[in-house]
Amino acid sequence: MSDLDLREPAALSNAWQNWYRFSRNPTAVIGALIVLVAVALAVLAPWIVPYPADAGAVVDFQHRHLPPSWEHWFGTDNTGRDNFTRSIYGLRVSLALAGVVLVIAVPVGTVLGILAGYFGGWTEIVIMRLTDIALAIPPLVVALAVAAVLEPTLLNSMLALASLWWTWHARLVYSVTRQIRAQEYIEAAETLGASKLHILFREILPNVISPVAVKTSLDAGFVILIGAALSYLGLGVRPPTPDLGTMVANGANFLPDYWWESMLPATVILVLALGFNLLGDGLRDLFDVEDVR
Amino acid sequence: MSLLSVEDLHVAFTTYGRTTEVLGGVSLEVPAARQVALVGESGSGKSVTMKAIMGLLPPAARITRGRILFDGDDLLTMRERDRLRLRGTAMSMVFQDPMSSLNPVWTVADQLSTILKYADRRLGRARDRRGRMARVHEVLAQVRMREPERVAASYPVQLSGGMRQRVLIAMALLSEPRLLIADEPGTALDVTTQAQILKLLKDLVTERQLALLMITHNLGVVRETCAYTYVMHRGAIVEEGETAAIFAAPREDYTRELIAAVPRLTGRDAA
Amino acid sequence: MEFAAFLARRLAWSVLVLVGLSIVIFTIARVMPGDPARMALGPRASVEQVEQLKSELGLDRPFVEQYLSYVSGLVRGDLGKSLLTRRSVSDDMRASFPATLELVLVTILFAFAVGVPLGVIAANWKDRWPDNAVRGVAIFSAVMPAFFIALLLQVLAGYVLQILPTTGRLPRGIDFTASPTGMLLVDSLVRGRPDVFLEALRHLLLPALALSLATMGQVARITRASMIDVSRQDYIEAARAFGIPERLRLFKYQLRPAFVPPLTIAGLEFASLIGNAFVVELIFSFDGMAAYGVRAIQQKDLNAIMGVVMVSGVFFVLVNLAIDLAVGLVDPRVRIRGARA
Repeated sequence: MSDLDLREPAALSNAWQNWYRFSRNPTAVIGALIVLVAVALAVLAPWIVPYPADAGAVVDFQHRHLPPSWEHWFGTDNTGRDNFTRSIYGLRVSLALAGVVLVIAVPVGTVLGILAGYFGGWTEIVIMRLTDIALAIPPLVVALAVAAVLEPTLLNSMLALASLWWTWHARLVYSVTRQIRAQEYIEAAETLGASKLHILFREILPNVISPVAVKTSLDAGFVILIGAALSYLGLGVRPPTPDLGTMVANGANFLPDYWWESMLPATVILVLALGFNLLGDGLRDLFDVEDVR
Repeated sequence: MSLLSVEDLHVAFTTYGRTTEVLGGVSLEVPAARQVALVGESGSGKSVTMKAIMGLLPPAARITRGRILFDGDDLLTMRERDRLRLRGTAMSMVFQDPMSSLNPVWTVADQLSTILKYADRRLGRARDRRGRMARVHEVLAQVRMREPERVAASYPVQLSGGMRQRVLIAMALLSEPRLLIADEPGTALDVTTQAQILKLLKDLVTERQLALLMITHNLGVVRETCAYTYVMHRGAIVEEGETAAIFAAPREDYTRELIAAVPRLTGRDAA
Repeated sequence: MEFAAFLARRLAWSVLVLVGLSIVIFTIARVMPGDPARMALGPRASVEQVEQLKSELGLDRPFVEQYLSYVSGLVRGDLGKSLLTRRSVSDDMRASFPATLELVLVTILFAFAVGVPLGVIAANWKDRWPDNAVRGVAIFSAVMPAFFIALLLQVLAGYVLQILPTTGRLPRGIDFTASPTGMLLVDSLVRGRPDVFLEALRHLLLPALALSLATMGQVARITRASMIDVSRQDYIEAARAFGIPERLRLFKYQLRPAFVPPLTIAGLEFASLIGNAFVVELIFSFDGMAAYGVRAIQQKDLNAIMGVVMVSGVFFVLVNLAIDLAVGLVDPRVRIRGARA
């Protein structure tokens, strides 16, 4: 019996500790919940929406412009389709947009940033000048320009955004890499003959992950907002595919009488972006990272 | 009667719901026109004592017992207005770090004259702008600046560490204090500059008959400047006495260790 | 003076960036599929007409030659001819850009005039209710899509409360052409028409509010963080130790060193501001670059599109240069050492 009493408490793993601290932060938890719910809704969309057919081209003039009710939580639009269904499907588009842009931008930016920060010299100059140029262009404007010269599809807009977005990550990773590089343990590793690859992957990359994670989460929110703005301007998905920004644009024609048709999808956009922002802020507090915006 | 008299001071800090006593009954005295040192390692409570005297304790700290008498009046029971009248005027502090204690975006003249303006207001003295600038230049000359006007017009970033420390001393001297509290003077500077600053302090204090309370962890610094020393350890005074006597025959083991910790040069400075 | 050297370097950088920008945009415009001349004339034009237009516009010359002629035009202020209207793009820009410029400037003013004090208050009352209130509002305003706010404002202030106008830059009855600067607020004052000034201001309020909310939130958050950082510095404690009164300490001693990060952020925010201005202008039927740009996009008017992008880019670069100058003014460390502190 006495052996049990002398047993040492189990050391909490790092993951546990992080989870504990994260869960103490109410806004961060809210953000995480929002994101999780949104992703779940988007993934399960075809099975959970009340009127799956309304995601396509359905016309039901008897039920146009219905206000929110038990049958139609978000009311119906000008061709009688259920807005809630379409909003959930629109979520898929927004999340997919954020996903595509970031899946391209983050790795490209991170790799280039590390290379520029670690190797310096011409690599650094070339990469950094490129980012300077890209940063001088407002993302929306370039998306518009690309949409003009190519087909105005969502894919093209996403690619246009991604082609600019990597620069923010490159800058962030570059400055973090430089800071780390200046520290002595890198010098120690180099002196001991560690290969460059080893240093890059085992020493620098792990330290870069926290700021990148924070920024990615914050970025997701902003990409969604820009995507919504683009589709508002008519550069989003082709109808009849549902899209939140397009819904707001269409609904805006019927303000203020049928306010729910534009306001509710807009609220969905807002809540989604808010979720990513809170999550990013929470991660920032958790990792105690300072200079990420 | 001493100019400054701290009697049985107890200070407690409350953080995360737990309260710890940081000062457990500190008593010291600084007679007028005399130089006294308060020595201790980091964490001994000497900074807390200093902040309590100046009224700069953080909100988490509370004075639970004791009195702090300046010229016979208890600072802790005074009206806030009266206490403010003393701060920066009769009782003045020389800050520790010349790199970070000066506001980087304003000129020396601007900072000094602003301090002087509000000190004058608290003392009920009227001085116009030209009078203030004259006093600023005067004080800068007192701290042995060779070109007081140029220094006054400069930004801190344009001055060397030693010059900035002199500016901090000048700041303390603006309203003709009777007590100077020097917080680790010269610690942030190289040894040669530190020696110059300490000599400057000593000369100023002697010339003007100022009382000086020097807070430091470096016993070597104390020998040249202060006639009386208090040794602090873990929130209490463990030994006190004439500085020379303490060095010659320390009573407590802790004091012995402190003395032994002072790096010794051969020759004149070897004990 | 080292600061002059610093500015000169930034200027050189700006020029380089603009050159790079022009190359990128030009490449995209010329490399993509589709025939601009055909698009301009429509499907019923004959092949000869298309060829004639092509050679008129120089579209049949080699790429580098086209680029060089474009750049030489740029330097002279000539942005080419609109493929659609055949008018000089520069003239079109001169007509529409100042409206956008005015809107953006008023927006920045709003954002700072409200954001900075809010940030100061939040920092000073850290972790108490004013702080939480400001932070809550700031987060919300940062995530609200600009068009959402614009629509909301239009409905609320325009239709429901009917207190502010919701379209255009001036009410229909007023006859006033914007010259010499093209900015109504400036021109109306310069030419002594305070009635026009007031009307222009009323029409600017809602769009500027919609645009500024996000930036306002950002500015407030950054100011708060910066003020908190500065409050931990020794020189603030020294100011307190020497009896500097609270309000002076806050606004003079603490705010000025803390002002640089908000300024820098404002510079970066400009990029998204210009983008959002497009949407807001459309919603409020505000006759600026956005309307022109969107039309150009719908009609695939290449030169016009490039003009819009180039002007936006130039604007962004100039703004950042101005921000660098402002930072130098605020912080003498930058001025004297010539480095971005």
